[in-house]
Amino acid sequence: MSFLEVKNLDISYPTRKETIVASKNVEFTLERGEILGIVGESGSGKSTIANAIINLIDPPGEITNGSIKIDNNELRDNEELIQKIRGKKIGFVFQDPQTSLNPLFKIKEQLIETIQTHLNLGYQDALKKSIQLLKEVGIDNAEKRIEDYPHQFSGGMRQRVVIALAISCEPDLIIADEPTTALDVSIQYQILELLKDLTKKRNLGVIIITHDMGVIAETTNKVIVMRDGFIVEQGETKELLTNPKSNEARSLVISVPPTNKKIDRFKLISPDGKEITSDSKNLTKNIIKTWGIRENKNQKLLKLTDVTKIFDDRSLAINISFGSKNESTDKVVKAVDNVSFELFEGETLGLVGESGSGKSTIAKIITGLVRPTNGEIFYNNISLYNSNRKYQIDKSRGQIQMIFQDPYSSLNPRFKVRDIISEPIKFFQKNISHNELTKNVYDLIDIVGMTRQSLDRYPHEFSGGQRQRISIARALATRPLLLICDEPTSALDVSIQAQILNLLKDIQDELHLTMLFISHDLPVIRQMCNRIVVLKNGSVCETKETEELFNNSEHPYTQELIRLMPKIESII
Amino acid sequence: MFSYTFKRLLQAILVMVVVAFVSFSLFNFVGDPVNSMTGEDASDQRRDEVREVLGLNDPVYIQFSRFLGNVVQGDFGISYQLKREVSDLVAERMPATLELVFVSALLAIILGVILGVYTGIHRDSFISNIILVISLAGVSLPTFIIGIMLIYFFSVILGVLPSFGRGEVTDLGFWTTGLLTNSGLKALILPSITLSLFQMTYVIRLVRAEMMEILQTDYIKFAKARGIKTNIINYKHALKNGLIPVITITGINIGTLIAFSIITETVFQWPGMGALFINAVYFVDIPIMSAYMIMVAFIFVLINFIVDITYYFIDPRIRLKEEKG
Amino acid sequence: MLFKKINKIYDTDIGYSFFNSKIAIISSTIFLIICLCSVFAGIVAPYNPFDPATVSLMDAFTPPMWSEGGSSSFILGTDQQGRDMFSTMIYGSRISLIVGFSSIIFAMVLGVFLGVTAGYIGGMYEIVVMRLTDVQLTIPSILMALLVYGIARSIISQSMHDEMVMYVLIFAIGISEWPQFARVSRASTLVEKNKEYVSASRIIGLSNILIMFKHILPNILRPILVIATIGLALAIITESTLSFLGVGVPPTTPSLGTLIRFGNNFLFSGEWWITFFPAIFLIVLALSINLLGDWMRDALNPKLKKR
Repeated sequence: MSFLEVKNLDISYPTRKETIVASKNVEFTLERGEILGIVGESGSGKSTIANAIINLIDPPGEITNGSIKIDNNELRDNEELIQKIRGKKIGFVFQDPQTSLNPLFKIKEQLIETIQTHLNLGYQDALKKSIQLLKEVGIDNAEKRIEDYPHQFSGGMRQRVVIALAISCEPDLIIADEPTTALDVSIQYQILELLKDLTKKRNLGVIIITHDMGVIAETTNKVIVMRDGFIVEQGETKELLTNPKSNEARSLVISVPPTNKKIDRFKLISPDGKEITSDSKNLTKNIIKTWGIRENKNQKLLKLTDVTKIFDDRSLAINISFGSKNESTDKVVKAVDNVSFELFEGETLGLVGESGSGKSTIAKIITGLVRPTNGEIFYNNISLYNSNRKYQIDKSRGQIQMIFQDPYSSLNPRFKVRDIISEPIKFFQKNISHNELTKNVYDLIDIVGMTRQSLDRYPHEFSGGQRQRISIARALATRPLLLICDEPTSALDVSIQAQILNLLKDIQDELHLTMLFISHDLPVIRQMCNRIVVLKNGSVCETKETEELFNNSEHPYTQELIRLMPKIESII
Repeated sequence: MFSYTFKRLLQAILVMVVVAFVSFSLFNFVGDPVNSMTGEDASDQRRDEVREVLGLNDPVYIQFSRFLGNVVQGDFGISYQLKREVSDLVAERMPATLELVFVSALLAIILGVILGVYTGIHRDSFISNIILVISLAGVSLPTFIIGIMLIYFFSVILGVLPSFGRGEVTDLGFWTTGLLTNSGLKALILPSITLSLFQMTYVIRLVRAEMMEILQTDYIKFAKARGIKTNIINYKHALKNGLIPVITITGINIGTLIAFSIITETVFQWPGMGALFINAVYFVDIPIMSAYMIMVAFIFVLINFIVDITYYFIDPRIRLKEEKG
Repeated sequence: MLFKKINKIYDTDIGYSFFNSKIAIISSTIFLIICLCSVFAGIVAPYNPFDPATVSLMDAFTPPMWSEGGSSSFILGTDQQGRDMFSTMIYGSRISLIVGFSSIIFAMVLGVFLGVTAGYIGGMYEIVVMRLTDVQLTIPSILMALLVYGIARSIISQSMHDEMVMYVLIFAIGISEWPQFARVSRASTLVEKNKEYVSASRIIGLSNILIMFKHILPNILRPILVIATIGLALAIITESTLSFLGVGVPPTTPSLGTLIRFGNNFLFSGEWWITFFPAIFLIVLALSINLLGDWMRDALNPKLKKR
């Protein structure tokens, strides 16, 4: 008899059009001291299972069949028992530490409340235990920090508080739903180490739900791969990652960007096991015809010298209306600090760094969305900002375009795809004929691998990956020379990420684009870029050729980033 | 704390100065104050005298600062129509209005919050639906119709409550109150219900929406996952968050109540400031109109200032943001 | 064709929610009927109450047809001047609706324009606009309307009063409602402005006017529509309140509020119908709009998905 036994579990969400099956015939077991990973792409039902165990499925979802047993006690339909078990026997860790804690209560109050709900302790004992817990999860100065409110902690520290809450009543099982997705690499590493450590010390059973194969490889003993509510494969982590049997698992594993080498293109496998190939070469013919043939002369296309951006967040309203200037330095943020680099025609330059490194701000400065406080930006040797620091958009004439991170907000939801793509064309060619316009739009939608029927639909009818393709088509509509990609795949599943990255490589090769590729994800950067700029807190740590950087980086920060990134190869 | 209070105070003063300026403009640019004082057929010489006495020949900024000085001292000039000091008129009638508004505000907020929390937590229950239907009717019923209906039922048909006036009042020297006598209290019942109903339904709906949204947040879900009891989640975790917007609207509420007391006072012939004001509108009695406007704005700004300070103590996020700065 | 179109509407979430909400269907039907009646008042109403030739003082105070002394020619009885109550109400609702719609459109255009530009442009301009709404909010709508009305009376010459009163009302109510629109549209614009599709448009080089009104505006219409609906009910109520207070439309062309004001004088002497029917009519009108607005708010709020 196992510690946790899930058998034959069916969960469905009845909606007005159809009943969505969130999980079907799910069966697995977990022992104490073991870490089980559940992995799958979005919509595969992995979170639903976690919620089902503590019976917190979002309505209208319900368990329609099966059983969930913990220490041989049936949990399904036993609300009374689940109430007792939640927090006591099972601790839960949610994805986003920013929203998991009640903002109006001190950490102390939330901890003590939880402890006193389940354990028969007086206030002083509960307080002592709370401080002990905070120390255990690695919060310094716990006696003092316990008096703080949640928003006084950084993201990583908050996730530690969440974990402290989860283990506060000596649970036997911890369920962590994407516990590190919202965190930076170095903090992710610490949190995962903490979870591994607790598992050993307290002999816990742990379920980690994630989409990140690197996390799976580095932390779990067993893994379940899910797709559309079914378990497609499960087994020992090492065995499954080195020798995946199902197509889904294979597709997941080979789509992960390797951390130890650079590959030309990702291999793509369709659900029925066939390899997907693209023929963008043929598709770009028409585009090249309208654009004219381009050649890379390896000239300097973009140059940043000593660019600095200071965000001054002091309350403008008060200062202007009353002229009371109270100098407070901590509301003034130096987002970009004396950054200089050059970009040559035809190359892909990577900007890499954790949150707050200023990488997105640099993209916004180049595209004129944010004004620099200091420094100069030259495009083809022409300064993009005039002496009044006003952006001269006509100097680049649409030749600098950008692809954004969030495919859900980067397309205007009220515009049809056709209008989204044709608007920039019409803007730059005011007299274009209707036929010519249609032809241009067709060429663009073809090259990004979408059907022409999609032109008459609205963005919400498409998946994240498809929307990112539409974004690319829109960016290409102005015939750009420089394409800035700001985390273009970080909101996508790995297999979709692989497709989009392949597409970007294809169009770059065919259309001779120059790319500035921004990401926090080192493996992705390695696959995409020729040279890399590493940023930390707004300033440049080092700039190097890609392979040189991964093999012999000089800066300790770069070395740390490379050391801490989760590696799927670590287990193989 | 000090800088926060100071900022809020400055903002409040700024708003008051703008309102005072509008009110001052009323005096100077709307109609002709000289005409109002002398009558249409006065001689030119007499007019010039009056202009000089009123200081209308001075530059505008001097006139405005003089106006401000007078207002701060409570001097709003003399009513065109009643030929009495406006400040005396207002002082006589203010207690009646403020008592009515105070009682109505209490009713609206206390009942509104209780019912709002109930309907927010038990969103699909039978009682919730009834409360919601009634609250919607409350929003749709114009105040004056509510007043007429209440009078018709309780005064005309049942004859248990008075249909007009304040009843017997006790004079405390600076203040007259109806709260100390039986007939005064009785007279207060219908008007305060009339006045509070609209605001009460507003509070119910706001609190309900807020509670429903909060109950879907991650931190409530996390609290559930920790096994915290449902009642504690509802009445401690959710309620504290849900009450924050109530504090905000309480400020706006009271301003609205004062304005709507104009209608209630008309329907119930309540001897308050509203009745004075509506009369002033009929006769374009500018001094009373502008005094009333400044009074209402002042009460509103004062209450909002108190609300902002309360916020500081309730929401740690604001407190910390300010302490940093 | 039409059927196909309806089916398509039904297929959207909003359409589905509408056709599955009895309240939404009933209230929108009632509102539509009232609107149609008032537009075609000349056809629907049996008498024209503004035509002195059809009104006879002899008929004054006739009770509704089903009570004692009632007459089948006046279904809901007559008022103190002998006008048919039913016809007067239809014509009265016409004035209430005209004032309500016009003032809310005025408030919406002004408020949305200022709100969107303030949110998008920011800086000093935004501060001025938002301080203006703050100041305006210190003066509640009904008081604002009364003040504007009072000022207008003193500016406009006596003889023009009756002609101008409708415009004054529309202006007075509209000016008291715009801050709501400005606040909501500014808040929504601030959200939309930071979305990446706006950044994309800026990078392409589209003009700010185009971005504000072609890209952002369609995306913030939902909350604006909700407050416009609720604001319409409020505007109608404010109009009737002003008329009840005697500062609204003149008695020669009575709105619902004016009718209630006159009827109120006869309530104690037993002629209840003169105030009762217009009051009920007004309540039904306001209630149907509010119910519609209420449904809309829930249906358009993505955060509150029904269970």
